[in-house]
Amino acid sequence: MVERTARSVGIRIEGLYKIFGPTPARFMPMVQAGMDKDELVRSHGHILGLRDIDMEIAPGTLQVIMGLSGSGKSTLIRHINRLVEPTSGKLTIGGIDVLALDGSELTEFRRTYTAMVFQKFGLLPHRTVLQNAAYGLEVQNVPARRRRETAMRWLERVGLDGFENKYPDELSGGMQQRVGLARALAVDAPVLLMDEAFSALDPLIRVEMQDVLLGIQEEVRKTIIFITHDLDEALRLGDRIAMLRDGEVVQQGTSEEIVLEPADDYVRRFVREVNRGRFVRVDAVMSSDGAALPPGSGVTVDGAITLEQAARIMAGSGAETADVLGADGAIVGSVSLRRIVSTMIANG
Amino acid sequence: MDWLLSFPHIDRRILTALKTSVDAWFRDVARALGSAADLVFHPLHVALGGFERFMLTVPWPLVIAFVALVAWLGSRSIKLVLGCVSIFVLIGLFDMWEDTMKTVSMIFVCSMLTIVLGIPLGIATARSERLQKAVLPLLDVMQTMPSFVYLIPVVMLLGIGRVPGLIAVVIYSLPPIIRLTNLGIRLVDREVIEAADAFGSTGRQKLFTVQLPLALPTIMAGVNQAIMMALGMVVIAAMIGVQGLGQPVLKAIANQYFTLGVFNGLAIVGIAIVFDRISQAYGERLQRHRGIGRG
Ligand SMILES: Nc1ncnc2c1ncn2[C@@H]1O[C@H](COP(=O)(O)OP(=O)(O)O)[C@@H](O)[C@H]1O
Ligand SMILES: [Mg+2]
Repeated sequence: MVERTARSVGIRIEGLYKIFGPTPARFMPMVQAGMDKDELVRSHGHILGLRDIDMEIAPGTLQVIMGLSGSGKSTLIRHINRLVEPTSGKLTIGGIDVLALDGSELTEFRRTYTAMVFQKFGLLPHRTVLQNAAYGLEVQNVPARRRRETAMRWLERVGLDGFENKYPDELSGGMQQRVGLARALAVDAPVLLMDEAFSALDPLIRVEMQDVLLGIQEEVRKTIIFITHDLDEALRLGDRIAMLRDGEVVQQGTSEEIVLEPADDYVRRFVREVNRGRFVRVDAVMSSDGAALPPGSGVTVDGAITLEQAARIMAGSGAETADVLGADGAIVGSVSLRRIVSTMIANG
Repeated sequence: MDWLLSFPHIDRRILTALKTSVDAWFRDVARALGSAADLVFHPLHVALGGFERFMLTVPWPLVIAFVALVAWLGSRSIKLVLGCVSIFVLIGLFDMWEDTMKTVSMIFVCSMLTIVLGIPLGIATARSERLQKAVLPLLDVMQTMPSFVYLIPVVMLLGIGRVPGLIAVVIYSLPPIIRLTNLGIRLVDREVIEAADAFGSTGRQKLFTVQLPLALPTIMAGVNQAIMMALGMVVIAAMIGVQGLGQPVLKAIANQYFTLGVFNGLAIVGIAIVFDRISQAYGERLQRHRGIGRG
């Protein structure tokens, strides 16, 4: 069995700004006064990475960050372990003021608080799978035997037993990322940073990896920041989603809030492609006002199932309407097939 | 129209005065520092002499066995081992064994010194943009300056002999190692570097667990180039008294002994081939799993 993380920490980001360029501080006042990204580049040759980010991530939850390429997702996640230094703002992790840490404190913080999984895996090609998985423990000077045991345990957990003496270039992409995941989990840090960790993988492998991650998260309850530009992935994994655009958060909330009430056209464009039938629950679209619909056809559906499942049940029994059951088995509302279908195919 | 046909130059008397005063200054410096320099470089003198004597006393079958062993360890290829051994056998048959041992020992010491100096300099250059800006143009000058020119100040300072030869060779063969160590470290995949940082590696840990191992194939290419350049200096170094295959070549030039020149020239080529093939095969084996050119 894999040991549980004792600590669980929250992350709080306040008023975070990042401007790339030789003299970022000079342009802070202009950016704060509302100068946009294009103008900053055009007239001053500086790049606006992030603008006034406020975010609160509860301990043990999975926060998804989404946005188009160049919207600042990687920049944001790299602030959390300070691979990128902010131009201004505050960052607190588990009560620690991360921006106040000096060189050796920062190294110690990275070793004990954060672990990271990379889009292109970031493995050491000249080392075996086992040596890669043990890398985080190695730099912490954990004795060789113990780090081998720990790394081995996590390799088994991600389904790589038998591969420990192979080299990364002998593995498929999906398996390489399992190594990346095992390496990150082996250090047992409470915060896990995943920058498009599954984006380079084939769709089927990607779903497999999502399952692996969800299974592990069930056990270890880490605070995970997960970047993706795939909404299906975001909806499967995320407790909450934040949408980034040109370095700004345009909307953050639960998955359902994002899908059902997109804040603007930018978010709507992401949401449009989503298969709502697989994700929205029946009780989110039912009407709880009994008079609105004719009495039930005798068919009942559980409020917690998805629209797609409900549609299948209703179509199978030829029912136009169905009663929706709550968690306790009592009827809490009703829903029509027409309503279900129109929600499933609606365009944002 | 006269001034169009000959470039208007600084007055000859001024130029002469400039040259003589710089020369005089340097000669004074050389005289003042000469004995100190001799002292500083004395360990090199001892090492060179000692290693050369060692090479000359080792029985030839042992030398050939050693060459075969190194070739095998570097390449794991029987063909390459046989090739290297036959080159040394041919050299011996044509009675150039002694000079070859002298040259090999000289090249070996030069290469060691070049590696010991060049790799740390390359690492330092990779770690600082400022240093890189200063060093790269200097390396360009060092590499394009005709190698004879190095001999002048070195000889003025240290006279004639093995040590000045060694120094001239090292200066000449240093640039590729510095350049390729710098390049190799800078080419290491950014994400792997980030991974090392993200897991809390110190700068030192990052250097030894990530940057140097991944730069190693490129660094080896630099070592290979340095050895080749050192071999290219054998005849020039012979002009200031370095023993070995260069001496007969000089004699051949002076006396128009065509075959003597060709034999010794071919022996130098033979050694170059042996060094080159072994170090290249080793470099290629290093590339396995080191992901050169992969994203
Ligand atoms: N080191 C850097 N120097 C200058 N600009 C950068 C740097 N890193 C990122 N940027 C810029 O910041 C913006 C956000 O980039 P990034 O965070 O990589 O976006 P994403 O991960 O969402 O694709 C982009 O415009 C990018 O060009
Ligand atoms: Mg990115």
